[in-house]
Amino acid sequence: MGESRALLEGLRCYGLISAMWIRSTMTYRASFVMTTFGNFAATVLDFVAILLMFSQVDSLGGFSLPEVAFLYGTSSTAFGLADLLMGSMDRLGRRVRDGTLDTLLVRPAPVLAQVAADRFALRRLGRISQGSFVLVWALTHLDGLQWTPLKLLLMPVMLLSGAGIFSAIFVLGGAFQFLASDASEVQNSFTYGGNTLLQYPPTVFAKDLVRGVTFVVPLAFVNWLPALRILGRDDPLGLPGWVDLAGPLVAVACCAVAGLAWRTGLRSYRSTGS
Amino acid sequence: MSLYAAVAVSGFRRHSTYRVATAAGIFTNTVFGLIMAYTYIALWDQRPHLGGYDQSMAITYVWIGQALFITVAVLGGGFQDELIERIRSGDVAIDLYRPADLQAWWLASDLGRAAFHLIGRGIVPMLFGALFFDLTMPGTPLTWVFFILSVAIGVVVSFALRYLVVLSAFWLMDGGGVTTISGLATMFFSGMLLPLNVFPGTLGEVARLLPWSALLQVPADIFLGVHTGSGLLKALAFQAGWAVVLLGTGRALQAVATRKVVVQGG
Amino acid sequence: MSDGLIELDGVEKVFDVRRRAGLLRRERRQVRAVDGISFTVPRGEMVGYIGPNGAGKSTTIKMLTGILTPSGGRLRVAGIDPSRERTRLARRIGVVFGQRTTLWWDLPLRDSYQLVRRMYRIPDDRYRVNLERCVELLDLRDLLEVPVRQLSLGQRMRGDIAAALLHDPEVLYLDEPTIGLDVVSKAKVREFLRSVNTEQGMTVLLTTHDLTDIEQLCSRVMVIDHGRLMYDGGLAELHAVGESERTLVVDFERELPPVELPGARCERVDGPRQWLVFPAGSSAAPLVAELAARHPVVDLSVREPVIEDVIARMYAESSAVV
Repeated sequence: MGESRALLEGLRCYGLISAMWIRSTMTYRASFVMTTFGNFAATVLDFVAILLMFSQVDSLGGFSLPEVAFLYGTSSTAFGLADLLMGSMDRLGRRVRDGTLDTLLVRPAPVLAQVAADRFALRRLGRISQGSFVLVWALTHLDGLQWTPLKLLLMPVMLLSGAGIFSAIFVLGGAFQFLASDASEVQNSFTYGGNTLLQYPPTVFAKDLVRGVTFVVPLAFVNWLPALRILGRDDPLGLPGWVDLAGPLVAVACCAVAGLAWRTGLRSYRSTGS
Repeated sequence: MSLYAAVAVSGFRRHSTYRVATAAGIFTNTVFGLIMAYTYIALWDQRPHLGGYDQSMAITYVWIGQALFITVAVLGGGFQDELIERIRSGDVAIDLYRPADLQAWWLASDLGRAAFHLIGRGIVPMLFGALFFDLTMPGTPLTWVFFILSVAIGVVVSFALRYLVVLSAFWLMDGGGVTTISGLATMFFSGMLLPLNVFPGTLGEVARLLPWSALLQVPADIFLGVHTGSGLLKALAFQAGWAVVLLGTGRALQAVATRKVVVQGG
Repeated sequence: MSDGLIELDGVEKVFDVRRRAGLLRRERRQVRAVDGISFTVPRGEMVGYIGPNGAGKSTTIKMLTGILTPSGGRLRVAGIDPSRERTRLARRIGVVFGQRTTLWWDLPLRDSYQLVRRMYRIPDDRYRVNLERCVELLDLRDLLEVPVRQLSLGQRMRGDIAAALLHDPEVLYLDEPTIGLDVVSKAKVREFLRSVNTEQGMTVLLTTHDLTDIEQLCSRVMVIDHGRLMYDGGLAELHAVGESERTLVVDFERELPPVELPGARCERVDGPRQWLVFPAGSSAAPLVAELAARHPVVDLSVREPVIEDVIARMYAESSAVV
């Protein structure tokens, strides 16, 4: 009961603060347009790199361009959603260092919601829209895709649970900065790095790496496992079929772990003050 | 001269104090190196001699890229934010009356920073790459010397480009847009995403002539032994040429900007 | 004792400090930032909490606001354990950090207040009344539609104080509320604090480096140093304990021999300017009247004792007794 009240309170507070940031951004309209375009263009670039690769080859790790684009689109869209909602977690370390975290602790609202909504940036829609463009392009160019009701249902479920998994990683990264306030770059490895990884087929990577991102940091559930199911391909680890559908469960588990880590981090901050 | 040496040393020192951030950065460069290395292996599996590289050279290129990523400031940063802030607040007027040359001062500071980043953030990812992949290392000590020299010129070119971006703040109060566009251009045309010799047709030819190729493509090719003999000298001259042209443009622009500040200030 | 709004009993805060000693070795040592502090502040009191930098002032404030968890002792604010019920406490206290604004830089001042209204769920009528009073007393009427980035430091501080009071807090904590402000802004802030204290009976705890703040506002002052409470009582007594002195700087029309006045002594002469020292506990008014009656005065000003001096003298005093 208390937990769900706190969650609602957190969401409400997130909404209030992000609305303030949107209005702040809109006072510099030209800059907003420029940075949104920049965000869009920056994400286009890594797709251009993939296109350049395919200008030299017909397949990568046994996957055609539309198939890779499908992986790219699903990963980017899921990551873009998480980045929009939770992308500000990497500023926590700075707040710890300059002491402004304290001003959040004297407000009657969950600190996590306040930190996550900090500098809420609509320009991050650039990444989401670019990811969805590529996804739509991929869907229209994938030949011989057999749609079933399950696969259709899997599409939105995949994007949402993927966003959940990435969000959990953002929060974990934030919690880590309670311990090492300078280490915000580490989380880039798992967020931006994870997104880059998932844009390519799993067959490209060493088995151990694939195992690592399946069982340790469960990035494979963002798109690899469900996307392979939709594409009608076997997953390289030969896992049982139901695993492809486990994304939502994995996302919930990740969020629970991240929540615990956040609590531990915040408690340690409040007992050490640094 | 000793003044600028001192500025460079202090640039080195300043960045060496961020130990945790350095460790975090090494970790990130290593992770990205790992991901890219596997995609390149897949690519060169399909086309074994793509762009004139064999697979080992291609993987080596990845790790050189990660080692130089921060050194040549692909994503910008370094002195940029600080100087833009000084221009916006008007504090730069004070700098202009100093006995030191504004451009040389910041160049020295950036060279110090780059030296730290090459050592602090370059060596470990490179060692990691060498440990887990079959890399192509320079055959002779002299190649190492030319590589380091080429990296140094690359840093100067990178500085000169970023300095131009900063100077734009004299005219555009919001420098964010130019910074973003310049960052994108650097990311793409330095060859950080994909070696420029893999770029198809005319795009590749043009990209290899642009100044950004001096940041990563040229040093990497020297490291990999692509350039030898007169070709090596040509490659270095290409870099140095861009360095001179861009620094010169920066000076000219700075002179105009200075007049603007003096007029406004007077 | 039981009706205290703020109650501390043997409160401690111990930090583990790790310091680099050599390349890899790290030394660990414990720092007792707050070392067994006990005091009670009854409802409606305005208390000054002073001490040198690093004395444990802000650590105490952070424990009182629920930011930090105490390592030991018992602490209650309005009957609430701050570290356990941070958000419940937050609705009942107002906090102003002098150096860190909570206002929204690019938006009009009014927008920041709207956010406070929603975040604290302040009923409309209370919000209107409270905002109106703050606007009136802090002279904010013309600033409500101005983006915060265009406000002066003093205007911003006034804006911050108003933001901390819109939800009817029972206690107001102020950390260096007058730091860096011009004379007029300082006066306005003090006048406002005096009025919320006397008219609304709000309990106020403020830390400051400016003894004038204390002098003009607080009936009670606590001095903390090295994590311990060194003094708790009236300001006059503190001056007596610390033997602190104020200085009257006088410019005469012409050079004069060192003037002699009852209750003051001439400390320095420089041309027509003289420095007259008198006990901080006594008023400057009779002295000035006396002086003006006897000599041709052009200008004069009073210099307040510096907090560090007072504390230093307090030490000298206590060690002299021992």
